[in-house]
Amino acid sequence: MLQGQQSWIFANRPVILASAAVGGPFEARGALAEDFDILFDDLWLGQSSYEKAEKRLLEEACSKALNKAGKKKEDVQFFISGDLLNQVISSSFTARTLAVPYLGIFGACSCSMEGLSLAALLVDSQSAELVLAATSSHNAAVEKQFRYPSEYGSQKPPTAQWTVTGAGAVLLGREGTGLRVKAVTIGRVVDMGLSDPFNMGAAMAPAAVDTIQAHFRDLGVDHSHYDLIASGDLGRVGYEIAFELLKKNGIAMPAAKFVDCGMLIYKPEQPVIAGGSGCACSAVVTYGHLFQRMHRKELQKILVVATGALLSPLSYQQKESIPCIAHAVVIENEERA
Amino acid sequence: MSSNAQKKLTPAQLEYQAFVKKREPKRPVLKNCLRAFLVGGIICTIGQVFQWFYMTYFDFTETSASNPTVATMIIIAVILTALGVYDHIAQFGGGGSIVPVTGFANTLASAALDHRSEGFVLGVGGNMFKIAGPVITFGVFAAFVIGLIAVVLRGLGGS
Repeated sequence: MLQGQQSWIFANRPVILASAAVGGPFEARGALAEDFDILFDDLWLGQSSYEKAEKRLLEEACSKALNKAGKKKEDVQFFISGDLLNQVISSSFTARTLAVPYLGIFGACSCSMEGLSLAALLVDSQSAELVLAATSSHNAAVEKQFRYPSEYGSQKPPTAQWTVTGAGAVLLGREGTGLRVKAVTIGRVVDMGLSDPFNMGAAMAPAAVDTIQAHFRDLGVDHSHYDLIASGDLGRVGYEIAFELLKKNGIAMPAAKFVDCGMLIYKPEQPVIAGGSGCACSAVVTYGHLFQRMHRKELQKILVVATGALLSPLSYQQKESIPCIAHAVVIENEERA
Repeated sequence: MSSNAQKKLTPAQLEYQAFVKKREPKRPVLKNCLRAFLVGGIICTIGQVFQWFYMTYFDFTETSASNPTVATMIIIAVILTALGVYDHIAQFGGGGSIVPVTGFANTLASAALDHRSEGFVLGVGGNMFKIAGPVITFGVFAAFVIGLIAVVLRGLGGS
């Protein structure tokens, strides 16, 4: 049901039956290694290309989520997925493997929450019994497409981020126990005229702030409503800016309540510069780490704001600025009556 | 941040960019220069060692020894690229590892490695010069222009 200008409230509160987080070797050495379901020690995953490796990550995440819920792929009505590779090939090729009716989406690194929002909408409106939403990214495949070859020796500035190798999947249903999706806020595209592809955090921060403000306005809530508000992949630079911007716009919250997935995933000694990024960043941290914390009852109600930079390698070479987006999803740990 | 002079930005965008400028960490230019000096210097010293080696143990003059020296440095850079080491040296050394011939070898080898999965012709062949291409294109063009100038000057009664 529409609430305010751009939010949906789900009266039937779709249930997260299972979630899965899959990571690569660099993530295995990261701060959240134990929250992953599967970790691969080979960046290639035994495949002949990085693109095939990414597809394999996504397939593994999907089948793990199905296994954990004790469901078969035939039980799933729709599969919603997006990724960063041209023509969302990782998602489409995984959909070919799954052979489940499929909606491919693109929201750059906001794919995780975009997919979850649409999946929740389908389940809430009784258009589906079971929906699988997933997303993936692979460091080397993404760097190759958007920036330089992975072994190319260029000095990255202090604002650069590290694309996460991994995939996250979540299975949503109408009946069952588990975490529930209560509401979402769909973001607007915000472009503040920044054009540096090595400073995505600063470009995306206003989009995150815009969506958080819209969410609070539409639902008539403030930060005290949530135990944690997590942005997707702003990194250290973008996070600081978003925090300041929120304060400037009259939304002051304790720093401990506002976290960024890109800052949580790696250890401080890992050379990721400003933090993690990529579709898998918000997906693995939310579906792995944050959901685990919710299951342990450390968190009751969270707001995940996945951010995406909607640029292409051509658009920035043509000196276009970077349009950005953020989608927010409310997830609640609700004991069933 | 790129120049905003010709772009039409709204006051809100300009305000935000000023806001960001105050908060984004700057590239540590002085530190980067020192590191570039160090790394570039070490690479050139290694090259010098090879030059002496070829002059001492083989029948090379100071000029002719540069060919096997450059070849050796290129091979070392390509091996380090393939082992995944060169990009780490570059993150530390910056310009110091880009400017010598080893940096050029790295641009070719890294692009070739990344696109090996698309085959030898369309992948390696088509993408190997993706980064090095502009250097070669404008290098050749600049050499052509300088050559023309040299010919004209000589024709005008130079040496």
